[in-house]
Amino acid sequence: MATRLAAVPAGATRKIHARLEGVTRIYPPRAGHGEVHALGPLSIDLRAGEFLSVVGPSGCGKSTLLDVLAGLAVPSAGTVEFEGKPVRGEVPDGVGVVFQEDASFPWLSVEDNVAFGLRRAGMDAAETRRRVDFAVGFMGLKDFRGAYPSQLSGGMRQRVCIARTLVLQPRLILLDEPFGALDQQTRLLMGDELLRLWRETGATVLLITHALDEANLLSDRIGVMSARPGRFLDIVETGWPRERDSRLAERPDFGAVTARLWSYLRGESLRAMGQGTVAP
Amino acid sequence: MIGKATVIRTVVLLGAVGALEIACRTGAIAPTMVIAPSAMVKALVAAMQSDDFGGHVQQTLSAVAIAMSLAIVGGFAIGALLHWIPFLRRAFNPFLAAYYAIPHFAFYPLLIVIFGLGPAPLIVLATLFAMVAMIVATMAGLDRVPRVLLKTARIHRLSLLQEIWRIRLPAAAPHILSGLKLAVAYSFIGVIAGEFILSTSGIGHEIAYAYDNFDNPRMYALILFVLAIVTTFNMLVWTWERRLARRRGMA
Repeated sequence: MATRLAAVPAGATRKIHARLEGVTRIYPPRAGHGEVHALGPLSIDLRAGEFLSVVGPSGCGKSTLLDVLAGLAVPSAGTVEFEGKPVRGEVPDGVGVVFQEDASFPWLSVEDNVAFGLRRAGMDAAETRRRVDFAVGFMGLKDFRGAYPSQLSGGMRQRVCIARTLVLQPRLILLDEPFGALDQQTRLLMGDELLRLWRETGATVLLITHALDEANLLSDRIGVMSARPGRFLDIVETGWPRERDSRLAERPDFGAVTARLWSYLRGESLRAMGQGTVAP
Repeated sequence: MIGKATVIRTVVLLGAVGALEIACRTGAIAPTMVIAPSAMVKALVAAMQSDDFGGHVQQTLSAVAIAMSLAIVGGFAIGALLHWIPFLRRAFNPFLAAYYAIPHFAFYPLLIVIFGLGPAPLIVLATLFAMVAMIVATMAGLDRVPRVLLKTARIHRLSLLQEIWRIRLPAAAPHILSGLKLAVAYSFIGVIAGEFILSTSGIGHEIAYAYDNFDNPRMYALILFVLAIVTTFNMLVWTWERRLARRRGMA
C-alpha cells in the first residue's frame, strides 16, 4: 500500500489524530426509495499533521464521510474518535469545516464574517482583532475587510469562509470540495494557498474532492473510495515534499500517481453511473 | 448627482400633473369630473383648517397603526410557528394559498355585527387583510435559509436561540422585509377602503361623504391627502430597506 516514503518526520506521521473504525451510514427508507447504504464499513486513521485527500465516484459517500468525522452526522455503526475522544452528533472543539457551497454570511462584512466564531466563543476584543488581522492578511483579504460577500467573487467568498475557520485555530481542518464551484485557474491558486496554510498552521487536513489532479498535488496520502456504499479501495502515499506547490505538476512522476488513481476510479465511476447516481 | 431615471420620473410626473392642470383650466375636462390639481391643493388647505379634519385623520391613522402592528407581529409569529411545525403547515397551507381570493370586504358588515360600529371592525378587517402577506413572507424567508448556513451554525456550536438570532433571522430578513412592506400597504388599503363602505368617521368616510354630496373639491382634496400620506410612509420604509441593503453591500 505505502508506495513511497513521506517527507514529513516519522514521529509526526505516526501519531493518530482522528480515527474512523468500522463506520457505516445507512439512510432509512423513504418515499421513493428503500433503505440506502451510503457508506462503509470503512476504517481510516488520520495522522497528526498530514494532508489526506479522499477521492471517489459521484455519490460514493465522500461528503457523508466528512459529516460523520465532523460530528455533523451520526454513524449507523462504528466509532469516530478525535484526539482520543469519541465524536457523536456534535462538532468537537478544534475541528474546522469548509464547504463547497458559499457559507459566508451576506449580512456581515468580511471582517465580521471572519470574527464570527471568535465573538460567539466570547474571545476578548484585542485577541479577536489580532487573529482576524492575521487571517484576513493570510487569505489576501486586506483590501476587502469592509466589503460584503455580494461584492466579492466566488473565490474570494471561499477565502472568507476559510479565514473564518482559520481564526479558530483548528487542529483538524475538513474541506468538502471547497473549490468545486471555482474555475480551474482559481482552483490551482487556492490549492497553493491551502498548502501554505497547512504548512504554517501544522493542522491535519482532510480534503474531499472529485478532482484527481488536485488530490495528487495537495496530499500526502489519498484515500480512493469505491462506488456506493463507499469503502476505501486503497490509500495511496504520494511522497511529495512538504514544501510543494502547483508546479509539482511538472514533475515526471506526477502523472503516474494521477494515472494510478484513475485506474482505480474508472471502473468505480462506471459502476456508479450504472447505479443511477449519475445521469447516464 | 441626479440619475437619468430620476429625471425621467420627474418629467413624467410633472408632465402628467401639468397636462391635467391645463385640461381642467381650458375646460377640456369638466369640473364635475376632475378638478385642477391646483384647486385640489387649495381645497386641501381649506379642509385641513376645518375643525373635524384632525379627528378624522387621527382616527384613520391610529386604526392603520394598530392593524399594521398586529399584522406584522402576529403574521411573523404565525409564519414562524407554521415553519417550525410541519403538520400544522400542511393543515393550513391550502387556506393560505386561497386566502387572497377571498373578497374580505364582503365580511365587513358581519364584522360590524360582531364588533359594533367603532374602529374595532375596521382594525380587524385590515389586520386580516394584511397579516397573511406577512405570514407567507415569513415562511418563505425561513424556508430559504441555506442549509450550509445551518451547518455552519452547528460547526460554531451555536445554541438554538443563537442560531435563530444570528443565522436564521438575518438570512430570512430580505423576505420578511418584503412581507412587511406588503403588510404596511394592505393595512392602509384595509382601513381606508373599510371606511368607504360603512363608517361614520375617518378619511375614507369623508371621501365617500363628499362624493355622495357632489363635493368634488373636498373629495379630490382628501384623495390627494391619502396619496401624500401613503407615499410618505412608503418612502420611509423604502429608505429603511435601502439602508439595510447597503449594509449588505447590495445598494
